[in-house]
This record gives sequence, C-alpha cells and structure tokens, in this order.
Amino acid sequence: MKSFVSSIFLAAALLLGAAQASLAVQPDEVLDDPVLEKRARVLSQELRCLVCQNQSIDDSNAELAKDLRVIVRERLVEGDTDDEVLDFVVARYGDYVLLRPPVKPGTYALWFGPAAILLIAGTGIFFWMRRQSKQAVAESSAPAAKGGGLSAAEQARLAALMSEDDAAARDAGGSDRKG
Amino acid sequence: MNRLFFLLPLLLFAAMAGYFFVRLGDDASVVPSALIDKPVPQIDAPPLIEGKSGIKTADFTGEVKVLNVWASWCVPCRAEHPLVSRLAQTEGVPVYGLNWKDKKQAAVAWLNELGDPYAQIGFDESGRNGIELGVYGVPETYIIDKDGRIRYKRVGPLSPTILKDEVLPLIRELKQ
Amino acid sequence: MIDGFSIAEIGHFTLVLALCVAAVQAIVPMVGAARNDAAMMAVAPATAVAQFAVLVISFAALVHAFVTSDFSVLNVVQNSHSLKPMLYKVSGAWGNHEGSLLLWVTVLALFGALVAFFGRNLPPGLKARTLSVQALISVGFLLFMLFTSNPFTRAFPPPLEGGDLNPLLQDPGLAFHPPMLYLGYVGLSISFSFAVAALIEGKVDAAWARYVRPWTLLAWICLTAGIMLGSWWAYYELGWGGFWFWDPVENASFMPWLSATALLHSAIVVEKRDTLKSWTILLAIIGFSFSLIGTFLVRSGVLTSVHAFATDPERGVFILMLLVVAIGGSLALYAWRAPTMQGGGLFRPISREGALVLNNLLLTVASAVVLIGTLYPLFLEVTGGDKVSVGPPFFNMTFVPLMIPLFIAMGVGPYLSWKRADLYAAMSRLKVALAVTVVAAGISLVLLYGDSGYAVIGLALSAWLIAAAFSELLQRAGLGRTPVRNIPGRLFGLPRSTWGMTLAHMGVGVLVAGATGASLLTTEVITVMKPKETIQVGPHQLEFLGAEEVRGPNYVALRGNFAVRDEAGGKPVALMSPENRRYVARGQETTEAAILSGLFRDVYIALGDPDGEGGITVRAYRKPLAPWLWWGTVIMVIGGLVSLSDRRLRVGAPKANRSAPAGPRAGPRAEPAPAE
Repeated sequence: MKSFVSSIFLAAALLLGAAQASLAVQPDEVLDDPVLEKRARVLSQELRCLVCQNQSIDDSNAELAKDLRVIVRERLVEGDTDDEVLDFVVARYGDYVLLRPPVKPGTYALWFGPAAILLIAGTGIFFWMRRQSKQAVAESSAPAAKGGGLSAAEQARLAALMSEDDAAARDAGGSDRKG
Repeated sequence: MNRLFFLLPLLLFAAMAGYFFVRLGDDASVVPSALIDKPVPQIDAPPLIEGKSGIKTADFTGEVKVLNVWASWCVPCRAEHPLVSRLAQTEGVPVYGLNWKDKKQAAVAWLNELGDPYAQIGFDESGRNGIELGVYGVPETYIIDKDGRIRYKRVGPLSPTILKDEVLPLIRELKQ
Repeated sequence: MIDGFSIAEIGHFTLVLALCVAAVQAIVPMVGAARNDAAMMAVAPATAVAQFAVLVISFAALVHAFVTSDFSVLNVVQNSHSLKPMLYKVSGAWGNHEGSLLLWVTVLALFGALVAFFGRNLPPGLKARTLSVQALISVGFLLFMLFTSNPFTRAFPPPLEGGDLNPLLQDPGLAFHPPMLYLGYVGLSISFSFAVAALIEGKVDAAWARYVRPWTLLAWICLTAGIMLGSWWAYYELGWGGFWFWDPVENASFMPWLSATALLHSAIVVEKRDTLKSWTILLAIIGFSFSLIGTFLVRSGVLTSVHAFATDPERGVFILMLLVVAIGGSLALYAWRAPTMQGGGLFRPISREGALVLNNLLLTVASAVVLIGTLYPLFLEVTGGDKVSVGPPFFNMTFVPLMIPLFIAMGVGPYLSWKRADLYAAMSRLKVALAVTVVAAGISLVLLYGDSGYAVIGLALSAWLIAAAFSELLQRAGLGRTPVRNIPGRLFGLPRSTWGMTLAHMGVGVLVAGATGASLLTTEVITVMKPKETIQVGPHQLEFLGAEEVRGPNYVALRGNFAVRDEAGGKPVALMSPENRRYVARGQETTEAAILSGLFRDVYIALGDPDGEGGITVRAYRKPLAPWLWWGTVIMVIGGLVSLSDRRLRVGAPKANRSAPAGPRAGPRAEPAPAE
C-alpha cells in the first residue's frame, strides 16, 4: 500500500516532467561563456535527479532537474567554485544528491573497499602460490631424496613420461614454442 | 584455519541477506531532509490570495507551526487535504501552505473546492523557495519548532497513522 | 472449440503440472544417485524434457492471451492494448513481472532439457544430481509464481480495453532484450547445478570442468548479447546516446557476466591442470547467485531503478527466502565439502595458469566493486547512517582502473605456456603488437592533443588487445616459421577454440575503442533551428528541412527532417528524421532519435520542443567509434559461438592419452544392484 501511494507521489512529480517532453539541457540554458558552460555540464553530471530513477540532472527531462541546472549555472556566473556550487545543492538536499559519494567515515568502506579487497585477495593468492612452488620444489627433489632408487630403465621411462606430459601440456595449451 | 576461508562466502551472504530483510518494505525513493534541526532557510513567497499573507522565514518563530507544500495538479495532495484541515482546525496547529510550481487560478480554484485550512499561503511558481527547503515533489510536510528550526519532514501524503504516530506526538512535545 | 477462456486455464493448469514434474525431478534422481540406482537416475532426463514441454505450453498460453487481447486475463489487461502492434503484443507477455517470471522458469527448464538431450555422455550420477538441483530451483520459482505472481489470474468482469504497455518498451531492441538476457542469466543455473552436484558427489576433476564449460559458454554468449541489446536500446531510445548508466539493475546483469567470464577462464585451468578446483566451484555458485540477487533487486523494491517492476514486499520476502535456501544452502555445502577438493597441478606465477589467476583476481574484484557500489546505499541506510548515492562517478573511478591491468594481461596471457613460461620469450613475440600499440597511442595523442588523455589510454589499450590477439593467431599459424603462402591454410586449420579466444579478445578491443569514442570524444551541438538553417557538427553539416506531424499505429508524432552533407553545398549524403511521439493510451511521450551509422562514427540527432516561433530545439551529436560498441560485442559473441562449436569441447570425457590428471573418472558406473 505504501509503495502504491508513494509511486503515485512519484508519478505526480514525474508528470510535470513528462508533460514537457523536452530533452535535458535546453538551448536557453546554455551559458554564453563556454568555459563556464563546460563546468556546468560537468557539475550537472555529478548531481542526481531526485525525481528520476538513476539519472543525473544533466541527462534528465524532469522539471526539477531543469531547475537545478539553471541554479548551477546561476551560481557559476556569480563566481562560485565547483565545490561551492555542489555544497549549495548538498546544503539543501543532503549527500544523496551527489552521484559521487563524499569521502567521510560513513563511506570509507565504500571508497577504500575495492583497494582493500584487491590487496587482501592479491596477498592471499601470493601466499598460496608461494606454498605451491615450495611444494613443487619439494616434490622435484623428492625422488633424489628417496635415495635415487630408480633403475636406469625406470629413470629413462620417467624422463620419457615427463617429456610426454610436458608436450601434451603444451599441445593442450596450444602455444607454440621453438624447440 | 583453512576452514574459515571456506566459510567466508556464506558469512558474507548471510550479512547481505540480513540487510535485505531489514530493508524490505521501506520506500527506497524517499530522500531524507538535509535541514533537520537547522533553521528555516531563506524563503520569501508572495501571497496567493488577497488578504492572506505569503510566507517568509521570519514567520516561523514564536510557536510550533506546520508547513505543507502542495499543488493543485497533485493527486495525493487532494487525498491528504482532510488531514491537513484536521491539523489546522481540530488540533489547532497553525498550518502554513506553500503552493509549489502551480498556476494561481488553478490553485485558488482548488482551495475554493476543497477548503482553505492555511493561516498563510506562499505562492512559489518558480519553485525556488521549494529548492531552498529541499522540496523535490509534492506533497511534503514540515514541522517547525518555536525557534524556527525544522524538526521533521514528511515526504508524500499524510495518513491517519502518520498523524497519530509521528506528527501529533512531535507537535505536542515541541509545544512544551 | 477451444476459446480464450480455456486456453488461459490450460496455461494455469500446466503451471501447476510443471511444479509437480519439477518436484519429482528434484527428488527422485537425487535419491537415485545416492543409491546408485540407474532407474531412478534415468528419471532425471525424462522429467527435464517433460517439464520443459509443459512450460512451453504454459508460456504459449500466455502469449496467446496477449496476441488475442484476452482481457479476461488480468496480466493482459494491465500490460496490453488492442492497438499495439503484434510484435509488442507478443513481447508484452514478458514485459511485466509475472510474465517475465514465466519466461524465467521456462528458460530454466529449457536448459535442463538441453542437458538431458545433449548430455548423453555425462556420467549418470552427475547428470542426475545436476538435473535434480536444476529442478529444485524450478520448484522454488514455480511456488513463488503460484503463490504470489500468477500470470493467469483472471479479471472479472473483463474490461473492454487494456492499459497499454509502457511505450518505452514498444521497441524491437527491447522486445528481444529480456529473452536473450534470461537465456544468459538463467543459463548460468546449469553451471550452478553442476557445481552443487559436484559438491554433493564430493569430486571435481578435469572431466567435470569439460562438462561445465560449454554450458557456461552458452550462457555467457546469451548474456553478452542480452546486455548489449539493452545497452543498444538505451543508446538509441533515451535521446542522448548514453549506453551504460551503472543503474542497479544494469549492474545486476553485469555481475553475473563478470563472474561467468572468470568462470570460463578458471574452468580451463581445472580442465588442463587440475588446480583451482574449489575456487572454480565457488565461482559457478557465485555467478548464478548474482543472477538470483539481480532478480531480487528488480522485484523487491529494495533499490530504485528504471528497470524495477512494480514492487511488493510480500513478493520481496518470498524471493529473499528463495535466495537464502539456494545461495545459503549452496555456500554452506561449499564450506563443508570444498576443503576436501584440493588440486594437484602446480605452476609457477609466470605461466598461463598465473595469467588466468590474475584474470580471475581482477574480474572478481571488479564484480565485488560493482556489488559494493550497488548495495552500499542500502547498507548504510540500514545501519542507521544517512543516505548516500553511488552513481557513475564512483564506478568510473573504481572499476575502470581494474580493467587496465586486465586488458594488458589479456594481450600477454595467450603467449604464455602452461606450468612455467618464459616471459622474455613471450614479450619478444609481442614485439609487433607493442609497436602497433605505441603507434596507435602516438597517433591518438596527436589527434586528440588537449582533448582527453583518458581517450588516448583507451585507444592504445584497444589497439593492444586487437594487435596482440591477431598476432598470436598468426604466430600459431606459423608466421615467422613457415612460408607466408602456407599461413592462410594453417590459419583455417587451427582449432575452433583458438579462433574463438582470438575473436573474443579482439571483440573486447573493438568494444573498448567504441566505449572510449562514445564516452569521451563526442561532439555535441544544442540549439534552436528554423527550417533552412544549418549547423556544423564535426565534419558534417546538418540542414533542417522542416517539421511535420505523423500518425503511427498507437501514437502521434512530430517529425523533423534533416539533410546531412559532408561538405557545405554538396549533395546530401543522408536524410535523418528524428521524432517525438505521444502515445494514445497512457499519454506518455518518447523521443525517437535518428542515428546515421557509419564505419567509424555515428551522427545522432534528437528533437526537443518547438519554440512556438517556427523553430525547434535540436540536439545533434557526432560520436566517433560508437558503432564499435555494438560490433565489438558482436565479434565477442561470434567468438563464443565459434568456440562452442568446437567438437572437442562437446565430447563427453577427456581422451585417456591426453594430459588428464590421474584422478578417478567422474561418476560411478550405474549398474543394477545384484539380486541378494
């Protein structure tokens, strides 16, 4: 029930946008100064359209998106820095309006998570591979350690099997190597 | 030791499922207000109706007031109107209205049809005053305390439950 | 005579029947495999085919209801309209929550039937267990449908007209996007079922990897195509040429894709080298788990998204329960059984295996990044924090840097040999590819000087991928070792899986170039134009010829006509006609952009509003390399299909004299128990 009502609410807000059938940035919004206009476009791409579902105000047709685009441009013309423009909007709508979440204690896990996971997984793999190659070294020296109990015929057979194994591994891998 | 690694995916999934469960039923589209506990921002909306004042920031100090943002084209606003009237008339709380992104004629006609519970009404055709408040749709309802601080924001229409469980208790508390 | 009323009833009845068949398929073969009972295990393929047949009838019944505009069926009322063109009546059947679920279970059953049919070489125990797990998933979804989301619910009294499908969905690209996506999404269920079956059996070996790979590949191909269709649709439909938005539901399809790609690669290692076994099992489980989580996200209302179906907490709880049983159950089984599945193949870090491990590491971390970004707002809110929003800027900063080492490794990997590789030798074979890359980087740097540094990196990586893959193929065909005239013959003699790999990697290169061009190098002009006026967009001149009103089957449109010239005053090379449509039933409006696609660029025009003085707002773009987005994906899909067609992959068990590990063959022999 709640979701039904709130979707009506959203629809009411969207209706205003849909009635326009306009596309995002309108010619009359475009600033005369191309440098400021470029900044406006970049900043607009950082701001979420609150009545849309996952669009920036730069991309959205909604009325509210247009209002915010106009405000971004006004503030730029007044001389605000990029951060000041964003702060202006955040002061009124909260952090949610930023498509790039701010880096604060609540979002440390978000921003540092990927690097942390990469580091932890990478380290894990590193140690696993090391354990592996220690095992490989141990096994390759084992026959000798066992006292070299292979007869000449057996050693020859072992050599043949191993080179066949390598050859088959190469074939299966498919990469050509000389010699 | 090794066993723990194998358990990790299951534990991570359990945590995620837990979060999902808690979140089910909430409305994901509601944006919380950035202005809770902050003073009413700079707003200055001209009057909608002759004889009834518009609204300004300074109007909000002195007693506990409710600010209701509405528009004539908004269907849920119509649905919540009786509750807004109830707040104003039965409960005796001053309710100020902000007519958001509307046409004067349509708004006045709407009030004539449904009744006008508002002590003062501001006409915000451009929506700029709304932006100062962080309005992103209609209806929205704010509760402002005696010192002119916003203490509560409701996105979406009021309902009897919300009135009973959230709005009225808060108003009573703030009046003390 | 069978009328609409009874066909819908048949649809409902077959749904219940499918549930019964699935229940049998879930229980009997699993017990049979535990007891080594051939008869019970043979129930699996029979019921799998039966379940599919029954669900096809059910699905056909729903489509029939839409095609005949049978408004006694509530689903048809809510999602169709008698004026809709036939194609969209049909696609309307799956363009809603209930219908798409029916498609889900039908595809689930399809894959089960395919395994039953094509998996004749599978050991009976593995086949029985796999199909049984597959059926368990079906049971879950069928119960969900019958209890909360029945597409055959009636509307009484039947209204005279339907409510029309969202006009945004009335589109060929979008008609085919869900079925293709589901083939991929749901196809991963087979890899999942194989993995769970292997865990239950207690063994994973090269044979298992060989069985799993074709199914994973098939699902991967469909998923790639499905995602591409959705992306392509967004590109031409939404009006400004965007193709990827990091929307939660897009991410929900991307995570399975990343996992499936990782799985394809790690399965190779299991098959050839008998190592990475428990990791590969985990990947197979994770891939489909992502599919299930995606289903949950779209239908539960937990996240907002343009893709979300109508939300309902009751449905959300049911799906969550499904998730807990399926994913929780399989991960618990994994925690219990996987420790016993350790492999034997050893390898040095610099080797083909090492490169594939790097591939898996980067792809897995990438999926984790996408998962974290998508779900973080939810987690933060639940833990009482505030509400933040995670949009494209976050993903661009965290996902893209992971892809760079991946692309570099993709070029080098195929040159490395198994077990232990000589990196210097590999790099020297890569000399030509490196040279091509440097040249490409140089050219882009010159052309794009001052414009976009990232674009230079993107184009250089693209050149690297294409050159390295192509060069490797040529070298395998003997370049440098045999006379040049022998090479074409040898090229075509190379195994299909080699061609597949090369094409897929080259496809990625082409895709990267397209993404770079379309995202970073677009020229945009926004202005108001009156008839006879012209604008310059890059090297093209666009002349506005005028606007007219046009009527469609269920819409009215304002159409603008533009002549495109490549030199002022020359002959027009094309006529472009973007439209703005207003649909009759819901009053919704859509923008239909006009796109002129060439080999190296798209010209893109979208109309805005008339200004009331005879002029109209026009947004025109030139998007260099944008068509390569789609061509790249097509090449990847072709590569996958070529690889899939390799007969070696489809033979049941590996040949005895290959370097198969010494482990026991998978699956017990099913012999009738001797009479006591």
